[in-house]
Amino acid sequence: MMRQENDGDQEADLHASQDDMESLVLDEPPSSNGQSSPSASTSVDRHSATATTATSSQGFNSILEPPSYADAIFTSFDSSSSNGHDCPKPSSYQSEPPTRSEFLKIWVTDPQKELELSNSLVPGGTSYHTYLITTRTNMPEYGGPGSEFTVRRRFKDVVTLADRLSESFRGFFIPIRPDKSVVDSQVMQIEQFVELRRAALAKYLNKLAVHPTIKKSEELRLFLVMKGKLPLTRSVDMASRMLDGAVRLPRQLTGEVTAVTDVNEAAQPAKGGRDLLRIFRELKQSVVNDWGGVKPMAVEDDKEFLARKEKVAEFEQQLSNLSQQAESLVKAQQDMGETMGELGLAFVKLTKLETEGAMFESQTLRANDMKNVATASVKASRLYRELNSQTVKHLDKLHEYLGVVLAVNSAFSDRSSALLTVQTLSSELVSLQSRIEKLEAAASKIFGGDRSRMRKIEELKETLKISEDAKSCAVREYERIKENNRSELERLDRERHEDFMGMLRGFVLNQAGYAEKMANAWEKLAEETSGYAKDGS
Amino acid sequence: MEQQRSISGSSQSPRSPSSQPYLSVSVTDPVKLGNGVQAYISYRVITKTNFPEYQGPEKIVIRRYNDFVWLQDRLFEKYKGIFIPPLPEKSTVEKFRFSAEFIEMRRQALDVFVNRIASHHELQQSEDLRTFLQADEEVTMERLRFHETGIFKKPADWMQIFKDVQSKVSDVVLGKEKPVEESNPEYEKLKHYIFELENHLAEAQKHAYRLVKRHRELGQSLADFGKAAKLLGACEGNALGKAFTELGAKSETLSIKLQKEAQQLLMNFEEPLKDYVRAVQSIKATIAERANAFRQQCELAETIKLKEINLDKLMLTRSDRVGEAEHEYKEASQLMQSYMLKAEGEEATRRFETIARLMSEEIVRFQEQKTTDMGVAFHEFAKGQARLANSIADAWRSLLPKLESCSPV
Repeated sequence: MMRQENDGDQEADLHASQDDMESLVLDEPPSSNGQSSPSASTSVDRHSATATTATSSQGFNSILEPPSYADAIFTSFDSSSSNGHDCPKPSSYQSEPPTRSEFLKIWVTDPQKELELSNSLVPGGTSYHTYLITTRTNMPEYGGPGSEFTVRRRFKDVVTLADRLSESFRGFFIPIRPDKSVVDSQVMQIEQFVELRRAALAKYLNKLAVHPTIKKSEELRLFLVMKGKLPLTRSVDMASRMLDGAVRLPRQLTGEVTAVTDVNEAAQPAKGGRDLLRIFRELKQSVVNDWGGVKPMAVEDDKEFLARKEKVAEFEQQLSNLSQQAESLVKAQQDMGETMGELGLAFVKLTKLETEGAMFESQTLRANDMKNVATASVKASRLYRELNSQTVKHLDKLHEYLGVVLAVNSAFSDRSSALLTVQTLSSELVSLQSRIEKLEAAASKIFGGDRSRMRKIEELKETLKISEDAKSCAVREYERIKENNRSELERLDRERHEDFMGMLRGFVLNQAGYAEKMANAWEKLAEETSGYAKDGS
Repeated sequence: MEQQRSISGSSQSPRSPSSQPYLSVSVTDPVKLGNGVQAYISYRVITKTNFPEYQGPEKIVIRRYNDFVWLQDRLFEKYKGIFIPPLPEKSTVEKFRFSAEFIEMRRQALDVFVNRIASHHELQQSEDLRTFLQADEEVTMERLRFHETGIFKKPADWMQIFKDVQSKVSDVVLGKEKPVEESNPEYEKLKHYIFELENHLAEAQKHAYRLVKRHRELGQSLADFGKAAKLLGACEGNALGKAFTELGAKSETLSIKLQKEAQQLLMNFEEPLKDYVRAVQSIKATIAERANAFRQQCELAETIKLKEINLDKLMLTRSDRVGEAEHEYKEASQLMQSYMLKAEGEEATRRFETIARLMSEEIVRFQEQKTTDMGVAFHEFAKGQARLANSIADAWRSLLPKLESCSPV
């Protein structure tokens, strides 16, 4: 560490041209520092200059393993935040330990503008963007080690994928897809918007690729592998579903079409489905649950789950708060760096003034002092900027988990709606049962039988049977979702613990490391000005 | 490196042959007096000296900020050419006027002010200084304050004074349009240097002040961040929660350190820079005085020349209409005036040359003094920043083993 800061660097810094001096705090650092940065990531002897204890430097050594942490923290000047325009590189910061044997990595690059062909009501056509999706993996589902695929997809395809995943994986914490954000695209430049979207897509797909269940899904595989048109059937949009449902409803009410929940449909949520009647029934049930004095048939019996739900809500609130404060912290660090740099520049100007045509030796001395102050300030400014860019990467985890909470809430609501289906069907069964009983009681009073009633009873008994089947299906589905919730919560606990501990360690190490570097710079200045020290300092 | 300038008096004074003459002053014990809008701070000024003109070895008087201003005005009037030490500004912001930090900073600045005067070989002999340090009755100071002409205006008025002096140029006597200035290249260089210096220093001071603010802001955001982390830690519970709680606690600790350092930075770095700026402004006032004196000298020289021309004319012509006696009277009075003007002219020249001489001595003293002053300030700045950085590093490092122990594996 100390060997970086030799006089040669100092002189090079300050005898540069005026332009260079102006840009000292602006853009690229001088090459001298750029060369010495790789050594910083491996250097362990950086403590030699500072007064840290032996134990803490040992701790620092051990913390450098595994290498991913050190890389994450001290690869300061490199392109760790690449924009993925040229060579494929992960465009999001991964803190994933490289110990998983299966990997699935996705790159999103090369946005292209394409014209919408037929189906366009607007003459001249609209345009959209497509993105090149490159996948590298060693998973057997994709063909084993060394597999690589390239496809072109548009955002609509991603929406389709997300919709299909949420249908197939109810109860799982499915990563939230990027926003459609139509408004934004009108506010900012198209290029900017496309770049933001590209980065967001890369993040999203890689999150899917990391989810232990979803990474093996057929939907994802088709998305990543099949060239040409995306072979996933698009979930029909709400409007046409409602229309279909609306058409059926009168016939359901009149009994032409079965008004009973189909077995297959029982495994799907009512909302977004075509069965309007079912939607109404479940809505009625939920009202009964909330306002009726009677307890519903099946109840959320898992107290642990209820407590968990509350915990998640509280977690979300605190996380959101911390995330906000993290943003303020980042801003404060940035401001500090900027002001430090401006101070340095002001002293550079003063140095020049005192040097040019100095009339007294005291001026020359002072010029030298000011030059040293300028050097230290500019160095500190640069360090603050680096510190900050690393801090942003670490604290980004907080923002990320806000997204995870959304996924959790969505999975919880899958469970709730499945339960509602069960409850609704249970109520229906009860009411069917009682109707049958009433009819039977009435029929038995008529001597010789009541043919119309008997027919009705037969119909109802058939309906009952179908409904019973539907209910067991719904119950199975509900139990399945419950299980998914549970295993996902376990996974969340594990991963959250790991992720946040990593974040905290990284953040703290980062802060400590850069504080030490700054201390070095200031100690050097203190030494250079030690001649002015009052007694006892 | 040059030692810090001692505060005892110059040893060249022939007044006390036996012991080393000294004059040391301290400004202490700020006390708030008066009520409401009229409230002000009074200070105890303690003088320790063996100068014969002073009453006894020790004397204590009570003075307020306006009294210091009075002293500065008097010195500026009497000692043209000498760079009179600058005073801290009057604070107009009501809320800030009585804050502990402000009062302390002002007290320090006033202490420095008086001691700079007391250690200046010429200024220390000033009668007004004696009055300031010795006069008991409040009444004396009241009376003096009432008469103060207030030449020493706000620093912003320096430029105005300078401009005023320059604007006298459209003087009919001189009959010129451009201002008369010395054609001394070295002095020109000095003037240019002084003006540039003020600009650059003001900029450095501005950024130093902002840096203080940034420290406060960073401290505040760390405190908020720490609080939020603690809340999240409480919500999480178990090992991870503990980690967040510890992080939060550390952040709050560091926040306090940052606030402390902000205050240190203000007192030990920003204030000396401000003092430097004020000192340069004082020099600008002296530059204006010098220009004034130069102009007077030139004006008088012109007037004298014209008078001589008139006198010659007068002597050569003989007017028949005017009687001989009247004519002789005219001659004589013109001659008298001419002599008086010459005396004045010599006086003006002497005044100007004194200022010029004093200035060149003062500039040496000034440069040396400032190198020392700034050297001290830079050293304190460096020490403060190093101290802060080290305690930040230590605090975070101390947290690391706890984070290790919290991991599940």
